Parts: sequence; C-alpha cells; structure tokens
Amino acid sequence: MSGRVLVGVKRVIDYAVKIRVKPDNSGIVTDGVKHSMNPFCEIAIEEAVKLKEKKLIKEVVAVSCGPQQSQETIRTALAMGADRGIHVEVTGKDYEALGPLQVSKIMAALAKKEDAQLIILGKQAIDDDCNQTGQMTAALLDWPQGTFASEVALEGDKVKVVREIDGGLETIKINTPAVVTADLRLNTPRYATLPNIMKAKKKKIANMKPADLGVDLTSRLEVLRVDEPPQRQAGVKVETVDDLVAKLREAGTI
Amino acid sequence: MLLRKVSQTSALCGAVLRVPPVLSGGQRQAGAAAAVQRARLYASQAAQAVLEKQAAVGSDAATKAEKKTAAAESKSFAVNIFKGQVQTAQVFPYPSVMNEEQEQFLRELVGPVSKFFDEVNDPAKNDSLEKVEDHTMEGLKEMGAFGLQVPADLCGLGLTNTQYARLVEIVGSHDLGVGITLGAHQSIGFKGILLFGNAAQKEKYLPKLATGEHIAAFCLTEPASGSDAASIKTTAVQSPCGQYFTLNGGKIWISNGGLAEIFTVFAKTPMKDPKTGEMKDKISAFIVERSFGGVTNGPPEKKMGIKASNTAEVYFDNVRVPADCVLGEVGGGFKVAMNILNNGRFGMAAALSGTMKGVITKAVDHAANRTQFGNKIHSYGAIQEKVARMAMLQYVTEAMAYMISGNMDSGASEFQIEAAISKIFASEAAWTVTDECIQIMGGMGFMKDSGVERVMRDLRIFRIFEGTNDILRLFVALNGFQNAGNQLKSLQKALKNPIGNAGLLAGELTKRAKRKAGLGTGLTLQGTVHPELAQSGELTVKAIEQFGAVVEELLIKHGKKIIDEQFVLKRVADSAIDLYAMVVVLSRASRSLSQGGASAQHEKMLCETWCMEAHQRVMQDVKALRSSESRQLFKNMRAISTAVVENGAVVAPHPLGF
Repeated sequence: MSGRVLVGVKRVIDYAVKIRVKPDNSGIVTDGVKHSMNPFCEIAIEEAVKLKEKKLIKEVVAVSCGPQQSQETIRTALAMGADRGIHVEVTGKDYEALGPLQVSKIMAALAKKEDAQLIILGKQAIDDDCNQTGQMTAALLDWPQGTFASEVALEGDKVKVVREIDGGLETIKINTPAVVTADLRLNTPRYATLPNIMKAKKKKIANMKPADLGVDLTSRLEVLRVDEPPQRQAGVKVETVDDLVAKLREAGTI
Repeated sequence: MLLRKVSQTSALCGAVLRVPPVLSGGQRQAGAAAAVQRARLYASQAAQAVLEKQAAVGSDAATKAEKKTAAAESKSFAVNIFKGQVQTAQVFPYPSVMNEEQEQFLRELVGPVSKFFDEVNDPAKNDSLEKVEDHTMEGLKEMGAFGLQVPADLCGLGLTNTQYARLVEIVGSHDLGVGITLGAHQSIGFKGILLFGNAAQKEKYLPKLATGEHIAAFCLTEPASGSDAASIKTTAVQSPCGQYFTLNGGKIWISNGGLAEIFTVFAKTPMKDPKTGEMKDKISAFIVERSFGGVTNGPPEKKMGIKASNTAEVYFDNVRVPADCVLGEVGGGFKVAMNILNNGRFGMAAALSGTMKGVITKAVDHAANRTQFGNKIHSYGAIQEKVARMAMLQYVTEAMAYMISGNMDSGASEFQIEAAISKIFASEAAWTVTDECIQIMGGMGFMKDSGVERVMRDLRIFRIFEGTNDILRLFVALNGFQNAGNQLKSLQKALKNPIGNAGLLAGELTKRAKRKAGLGTGLTLQGTVHPELAQSGELTVKAIEQFGAVVEELLIKHGKKIIDEQFVLKRVADSAIDLYAMVVVLSRASRSLSQGGASAQHEKMLCETWCMEAHQRVMQDVKALRSSESRQLFKNMRAISTAVVENGAVVAPHPLGF
C-alpha cells in the first residue's frame, strides 16, 4: 500500500463566464477569459484531502495536463491541501486535441510511475462534458472503477463507493488500486484560504512532458465546426384552444 | 521697504513680479510660507485641525524641509503643482511595483477572495441583520482577510499596499459593510502597531490580530472632537512610578467598538515642555486591551449604511495601561494618528473603485436590456452620457488608487496630498456613479432587491469619516500653500540680493512674464505622455501653469490669512484634485497605449474626455479665484448663511404668506 492518491484537476473556463464562439467557428474564445478549476475536480481534491486528514492515506498528488497556466489550477489544489503537484505540459495543437483518451493515458502512466493506490477524478469537466476520463483510465490500467461517487469509504484494501445511479443509489465495494469519479454530492469543497495559498507556494510542482511518460497524444477526433446553440425564436400568443389547434396544424405538428 | 529697494534696482521686478502686497505687507509676514506654517498657532476651528495635522504629518520632515527649503525638492506631483511646476517622478511612468513572485501570488489570491464573496457572503442579509453573519465572519478569519498586511512570520500574509488594494477592491465591489469591518480592523485599528509598534508590541499583538482571533478598533473621535482631532478630552495620566498610565474618557462612533479586544486609543498626556518647563497637554497613542479592565462599550449604533459593521461608543474608566503600551513616543500621538490615516486612504480609493465597477455592471446590464419607446435605452444620449461619465470616474479612481499604492510601495514618503485627494475623489465619484446607476435603472434601482440602494446608503459615510471631504479639501489646499509659500520665501530671499541671484530671478521673471502674456512657460509633458495624448498633456500643463500662478497670487494677496479663506481654499483644492486626476489618467492611458492592449484606444478616449472637461473646470476655478465677482459671491454666501443661522431656519417668508 503506497497510501498515495492521484487527483486530476482540469483547468476550465469559469462556470460564470458567458462562452463565446470564435468568429471562424473553429472553437471558443479562451484568450483573456477567466479560468478556474473544474468544479468536479474540486470535489475530487476535497475528498482526497479529507481522506488524508483522516489519516487513511499518506499523500495527495494533484495532476493537471495543459499549458503553463494549468499550474495555477495545481496551485489551487495545493492550497486546498494537496501535498505536491505534477504538471504535464501540453501546448498548442496537442492541447487543442487533448481529450479524455489522451488524458487517461497520461493518468494511467502516472499511476504506475507514482505507484498510486487510488485515482480520484471529477466525473466530468464542465467544458466538454465528456464524462469518460475516469472510465478510460480504469480500463487502461485494468483497475476497478467506482464512478459517480456520492460517498467514498476506504476499508482496508477495498473502497466502498456509493454511486448515484438513475433512480437511486448503488453501493459497491471494489479492490484497490481503483479509480473513483466524484459526483456533485460527494462533499462541499473548501475554499482555498489565503494563508494556505501562501503556504502552498512552498509545495513542489514537478513538470513533465507526455513523451517523458511514453504517452502518444495522437487524437482520432477532428473538430469540424463549433456553433452557438440556436437562438430561441419568439413565440406566439393564442386566444383560444381552437386557435392553438389551428396554429399547430399550420406548423404541421399535429 | 524691501520692495522699494528692489524696484529701484530693477523696475521690471515690481512690474512683472507684482509682489508688492506681500512685501509691503511688512516683514511681519516674512514670507507667506512661514505664515501658513505659523498659522497653526492661529486657532480657528476646522482649519486648526488641518494645520495641526500638517505640522504633525511630518513634524520632523516638515521642520527639516523648512530648514533646507529649496534643497529638499519634493517629488510629489501634487506638492509641485502648487508651485506651478510639473514633477513627474512619482506619476510617470504609471507605477509597476510588483515583482514576478508578488504578482503571481496576488493572481492566486484574487480568485478565492472573489469566490468567497460571490458564494458565501450575503450583503443583503448582513445589512438586514446589522451584523456580518457569523459563518461569514468565521470564513473571513480562516480566509486570512484580517491580516492582509501583517508580516508572514507574524501569521499574516505580508501583502504590499498594491496587493492589499487589489483584494480590498474585491471587498468593495461586494459589501462595504464587511469592508469597514475589515478596514477598521487593519487599515486603522492596528495599523499603528504595524507602523509605529516596537518589536515586542508587534510580536505580542499582531499574530492574534492577523488571524482575527482579536479584532482591533481605532479610537480617536469624541463627542466634542470630530474633525478637530487635536481637541480630544480623553486623558492618560502617568503614574508617579512611571509604570503605567491611567486612561479616562469616552470615544464615539468607533467602528468595531463593540467587537474589539485591542484598541488604538488617543489621549492627552500632561507633559513638561523641555524649554519652558510648563505643563502642557500632548496627545499620545496607546494600545489598550479590553482585558485591562475598565473598558466598556455602548450598544451598536443604528446607522444609515454600512449597517453590517459594528459602530459603538467605547468608554475608558480608570483603565490602567502599562507604559509598554505607548505607541510611538509619549506626546507623539498626533503624528501616529495622522500617519495611520494617511497610510490607509489609498485603500478607500481601491475599495470604492471596486464598488463603482460593481454598480456600473448593473447599470449597463439594465441599459442594454431595457426597452423603452421601441429601443434599448442605452441607445439614447441621455443614458450614454451617464454611462460614459460613470466609466470615466471609475477609471480615474482606479488609476489614483494604484498610483498611490505603487508610490507607497516604492518607498515614497510624500503622498499625503495625493492620498487625501484620492479619498475625496473616490468617495464623491462612487456616490455619483451609484446615484446615476439608480437613475439609469429607474424605479428598479430604487427597490431594495436590486441591491443598489444599499450601496448608496453604505457610500454616504465615505464622504464623512476618516477626515470629512471638507476638511481634507482644506488639508490639500493648505498643505499645497505651505509648500508654495516655501518657494516664494526663497524667491523673496533672492530678491534681497538681486545681483547675486540674477540667474534665479531672471528665470522666475521670465516665467511670470510669459505666464502673464498667456504663453507657455516651458513646462511640458512632451516625451513623457504618449504622443497620441499630446493634446491632453498640453491641456494639463496649461492648467497647471494657471493654477500655479493663481496660488502665488493668492498667497501674496492673503498672506497668512489664507487659512480663513475657506471659500477660496475649497476652489483651490477642487483644482488640485482635477489636476491630479488629469495627470493620473494621462499616465495610465499612456502606459496602455505603449503596451498596445485591446483597450488602449478606449482608454485614450477616457483620458482625452476627462482632460478636456477637467481643464475647463480648473480654468473656471482659476478665473473665479481671480475675479471680483466671486469675492462678491463669497460675501453673499457668508451673509446668507449667517442670516439663516441667526434665524434658526430659512429667512424668507412663505410665498403664500403662511
């Protein structure tokens, strides 16, 4: 048992920012836009830090894949209580094509390298809403997975995970090492306080490239076009039921 | 007498310099400078406090400066405009004082602080509860918000003034009630310990203050002593053994008065004058712990705004204060008080620039979405003018706040005029901007739910506390006059020996001759401001030239009596404020243009528009200060006021006769 937990923290456009599509429809505007840590990743970090505070694990390592600014996201994780960070630098075209498969390859490689006992990830990121990285990472490592966790308990070399599933909750017990993905109700993440941010300055962030981990970032996906959702058209007010039926007929819906 | 001598030597002198009044006024007015300086003996209500302050602010510095007079050239822009000079050292280029690490750290702090205020703090709830909600208060303490500038080794964050300003701006944009709770604690409450405390005092008090375990308060104001701070009655009498002081008195309107454990208290201590041997009361500053015993407070005051902050009377009844708790020197309390206030004013400008940003967002959101007469209301000129003015006022205030914090961080010691200007400007700008926000929002803005009426109520106090804007205007003007007077005095000395000082005199004479003829005196901001802003730079220089000239004329005309000319002083201060605002935006917009950011052209427009109007205002004030009409105007106003006061109500009978 290494007692080490790897937590993925993704830098995404802040939830409060109004997303704008680039004029050439190649993607969205990210320059000069406020970014922060993906909220589900905050929950993942919080859970790991809690496990550490309960002395159930020894070390929390925050990992982020992306450009230089991803270090800010790692710093936030460190301020919340992670012990150290790993920044896997991915820039330019590689960053644009970075998807769940590429990230899960990186996470899997790091899990082996760091001899992790547990990987906690957010169930999805609020930018691409993929909800795949956790599952793919587990598959690549051939580890058990406990996705959509709303409760996590370490019991010896097993993890009990209460999962949020359609229509209720499912409790499973899986062997470690394992991958867990955090759902919304798992916990309420703490705020990074200023004194902790200051202390986090002393914590180390290791910098590496995907190649250092032997990971190939080639993507099989190509983004053809990004569009804004269509604007809602103004409706029509009708006076009577007859009018309504007439209008619906006119529109060919009945 | 002197003059005759001079004019015999040089007829030109009398003609162009036009100094006769001051000199023929006699040597008893050995230079208007000395007059203003001495005038503090000249008890005259409000002005006295200001002059006391002047003396106190840099009591050492001032005396030294006076001895050196011309030798110690001031680097302060504001000081120099009173001499008709342009000193760009502190204003160009726009300060950039943070190193990479400080900037990085600040970047990391901004997010969590904003998030805390967005998600945890509820300003409406705080307002209606008339206190900061408990969980918010706890959160703020954990956050580290109570020890922003306390050194890191004493449990604080060790922020620079610029870093502090940036965080306070966030607080100001969300909740001024919380802002006052935090500000009363660290901007004034324990700032004295940071600035004047000895190592033992710092170690003893700062760690618990930084974590918010102890809250601090600043106790200066008393029932009979508001603006006239020198007139406090609270006493601290030293025990015969010298080990402690016995503190007695009452303070009113003390922010955090009901919460604080640690108080910075100002009291009179009887002291022997080393020269005359007479016993005289001098003000001393003390660190007083509630646990000393005898410290009590009244109930929280019911206020118009900043309701979330606690305001209470604090009483000291035979409180035994150990001699170790004297802050600074015994008898040096006034200096302590004034330095604390001077050092904190930039924070108010920063906070209020945040407030303005917040309400502007609300105003434009409404303007962009509200349709009337078939169009969005932002398309109407009436609204556009409001939005434009709001944006300018915010831009100027923000530029001032970070200009001053930057100056302070780079070790400037002379910033009191600028700091006072920023407090006056920010509090009035924020009031106007919020008022206009409500106006744009119409009835919606008047409703509590829009959250702007609270801001309006909260803002009102900013023009009153920490030196009312009226007193600060006198402070700005008199401080400026004092410096200008010093220069005039050295000029006067030179006149005594015109041959030996031919060079200096020739320069000064040419300057005045040119100024009189409406020509430039060679002052320029060319090469300093961005070429695209040359025109605004020129307007600023022209205004400074005229301002410098009128200041000199006023000094010559009024001599030491200038301190009684409050109608005049107010207008002089208004001009000084406009001039400082002009140069600050010139500097900021110049930087933006050089860096070529996306907003550079927009900022250029803000700057040009501001400078055009400010120039007009200064010229108008200068004209008024010179005209005999305005003298009549002041006389009228004095008479009207006297009559109304005598009558105890308006004088004119009702138009209906009953």
